[in-house]
Amino acid sequence: MSATTGKSRSLLRRALSTWRMRIGLLITLTVALVALLGPRLAPHDPQKFVGMAFAPRDLGYPFGTDYLGHDVLSQFLSGGWLLLTLAFLGTILGVGAGALIGIWAGYARGRVDELLMRSGDVMLAFPQLVLALLFISITGPNLAVIVLLTGLGHAPRVARVMRGAALSVAERDFVANAAAMGMRTRTIVLREVLPNVSGPLAVEFGLRLTYSIGLIAGLSFLGLGVQEPQPDWGVMLNDNRVAFTMQPWPVVLPVLAIALITIGMNLVTDALARASAGIDRQVQG
Amino acid sequence: MSGELKVSNLVVRAAASGVAIVDDVSFTIPAGRLLGLVGESGSGKTTIGLALLGYARNGTSIDGGTISIGEHEVTAATARDLRGRVVSYIPQSPASALNPSLRLRDQLLECLPADHPDPAGALEQALQEVALPTDAEFLSRYPHQISGGQQQRITIAMAFIARPDFIVLDEPTTGLDVSTQRHVLETVRKLVAEHGVSAVYISHDVAVVAGLVDEVLVLYSGKVAELGPNAAVMHAPLHPYSRRLIAAVPDVTGRRRPHGIAGGAPSPFARPSGCAFHPRCDIATPACSEAVPELQFAAPQHLVRCINVGTPAPTYQWPTVPEVPGNAPVLMSVRALEVSYGSNTVLHGIDLDLRRGGCTALLGESGSGKTTLARAIAGLREPGQGTIEFDGVALPPSVRRRSLEQLRRVQYIFQNPYESINPRRSVFDTLLAGYRSLCGKPDDADALVQQALRDAALRPDIARRYPDELSGGERQRVAIARALIVSPELLICDEITSSLDVSVQASIVELLQQLQESRSLTLLFVTHNMALVRNIAQDVAVLENGRIVEHNGVVELFAAPSAPYTQRLIEDTPGFVA
Repeated sequence: MSATTGKSRSLLRRALSTWRMRIGLLITLTVALVALLGPRLAPHDPQKFVGMAFAPRDLGYPFGTDYLGHDVLSQFLSGGWLLLTLAFLGTILGVGAGALIGIWAGYARGRVDELLMRSGDVMLAFPQLVLALLFISITGPNLAVIVLLTGLGHAPRVARVMRGAALSVAERDFVANAAAMGMRTRTIVLREVLPNVSGPLAVEFGLRLTYSIGLIAGLSFLGLGVQEPQPDWGVMLNDNRVAFTMQPWPVVLPVLAIALITIGMNLVTDALARASAGIDRQVQG
Repeated sequence: MSGELKVSNLVVRAAASGVAIVDDVSFTIPAGRLLGLVGESGSGKTTIGLALLGYARNGTSIDGGTISIGEHEVTAATARDLRGRVVSYIPQSPASALNPSLRLRDQLLECLPADHPDPAGALEQALQEVALPTDAEFLSRYPHQISGGQQQRITIAMAFIARPDFIVLDEPTTGLDVSTQRHVLETVRKLVAEHGVSAVYISHDVAVVAGLVDEVLVLYSGKVAELGPNAAVMHAPLHPYSRRLIAAVPDVTGRRRPHGIAGGAPSPFARPSGCAFHPRCDIATPACSEAVPELQFAAPQHLVRCINVGTPAPTYQWPTVPEVPGNAPVLMSVRALEVSYGSNTVLHGIDLDLRRGGCTALLGESGSGKTTLARAIAGLREPGQGTIEFDGVALPPSVRRRSLEQLRRVQYIFQNPYESINPRRSVFDTLLAGYRSLCGKPDDADALVQQALRDAALRPDIARRYPDELSGGERQRVAIARALIVSPELLICDEITSSLDVSVQASIVELLQQLQESRSLTLLFVTHNMALVRNIAQDVAVLENGRIVEHNGVVELFAAPSAPYTQRLIEDTPGFVA
């Protein structure tokens, strides 16, 4: 006999009542704001040579200059928005496609399930980065291809998780009832099952977003992602790592930003996961 | 050994708000006696049961009162030492209470103190007491390798093996078949008497409590409503709530018809002023809403919390089971139906006719195949062989191949209303989604939904709510409304009251009977509850191991059951006449 709890609150509001979520959101939003508003705040044109290469910190350029004499702060402020936008688009694509495929497989079972999931297994056999390298070495660095590859890499992984979540929901009587009411598979997947796996879906989204950031920054670092002269955090790392002991800022700033947004996103997803599993729940009153 | 349990002024509060979930509860159980704790869901029965072990659920705390067992005091500091040795607990669901990866032997030995002089002897005796085998083969089994009844007897053996002074039994027979239930209850009764143990028996099943315990405590919204000897409370209840609760229990003899209580037990967080029962009470006076009545002696050893004890109860108009003419045409006929799960055939050659406008009960114990049969008729489980004819036309075996019109005419209501309604849709959306799918876009969606809610006796404001804001009874009515909105002809009800309180069960049964008459609905009522069958159906089909062993009118069947299986079922059902 469970005591009746008070009015139900949405997942987001439940998560927002925890410090984990608030701190995570604060960190994530701060980094995202810096990246998005950065180009407007940059004191110099990031592509202009303002001084000597690897010049130390100075009044005019608070974090010194990079290997070509660009202002590090301006480079940093201008180098985040594209990375985050690409990562966001790739994640939307991958998580969206993966969720639909996974839920469909979990609801339909049988042959549809086998076909979808085994195709996913084939894709899972290739490490995400290797797959991306393979395609980009053929097509050349192209932003649309990067987004597509990021999504393609995530989709089977997300499908796995969402299929697992959908399996238990699909067994529940309200789904059987929907079938007995003559609803089509599309309606059942979108209206009956999907809203009931929103917890794991939110968690997957946050998790995959951090992976996307890492993947795209990694590609740029390898010279296969964002191309110069467009400033980019991944590119900054690669260009300036040789002089790390002399001029650490062009490496430290992007690393710090990527680390912070990853930690922030992980706190957010963790809070969402705990809220959807009801871990911190108390008797309402 | 003195196992007398004394509880005085027990209070359990919700930590966040300070609301008393259990408020000022006191009782005493002498050694060797059983106290029955009855009440609706949310009345605080399990909370009291756990508090007696010195345990409070997450977010609640034991905030006052004393509990003593013999010379031991149960407090936060001593509870851990006392559990198992002095006080033990038999849980509701043995399947989840037993550790699935421990063999029965280890399971039982875990409950003995480490320095026990003769564990093997204690083990053997404990098993003999609950009438289970003591051989090594049986003891080396895992919980999933024994039946539900055996599992429950293992939990009883675990509770008794360390010879506690006091035992809490929390609905230990819920989910067991009547015959198994009878064995388990006899075992409990015998052990309590033999070992001079005092025990609390928590149950929502008033009929079981009436046949088992010495004293009864009726709980309402965390407070004692009535406390007295079993015979007095059950046969001459003084509190209007006890009276209505007992009136809601279906009687297997069919002499008295169950009568529900409107509304639901209030949550402790939204308790009405004064007497918490007054909004549902049929003899309430204005004074009832002013102050909480004191618990007073109505007779020696008989306490009641009501200011109108002397007021006679109004007489109820018992509804009658509608008559269905014997020559009513057959609406649905099932012929030679067989259903298998893999190589295991669960239904053999089922022939069943449902008369238009009648209510046929499909009676069977768990595992008899009754849900499988109901689902096969609804098209949710594809049969291997056989035909299902509806109104003279053969129905395709699966919902996927049935036409929308065929789907509309047969509606299915599921056992568990917590599972059968999408938690992420509002009631309005739930009702309309089914209608849209089967009947197309309605002209006036609001009016349609309001009419369906009225038909299911629900308040209009429920339309805006989500399932988790509704009680179990309200949810089941929403499921009924969802079926009614498409104007079905056959309603298949699969154990639809088994997860509900008796008070709610009785009102759902009343609702179904009204609908049967007003809309000339045909009902297939699947249940394991004999007493309920007696009070709802015109004829009964009894299912045993996938075969229909008897199909007869309800009066004839109860008067002269022909199959031995039916005879046994009727015998083992706890009889109860208030």
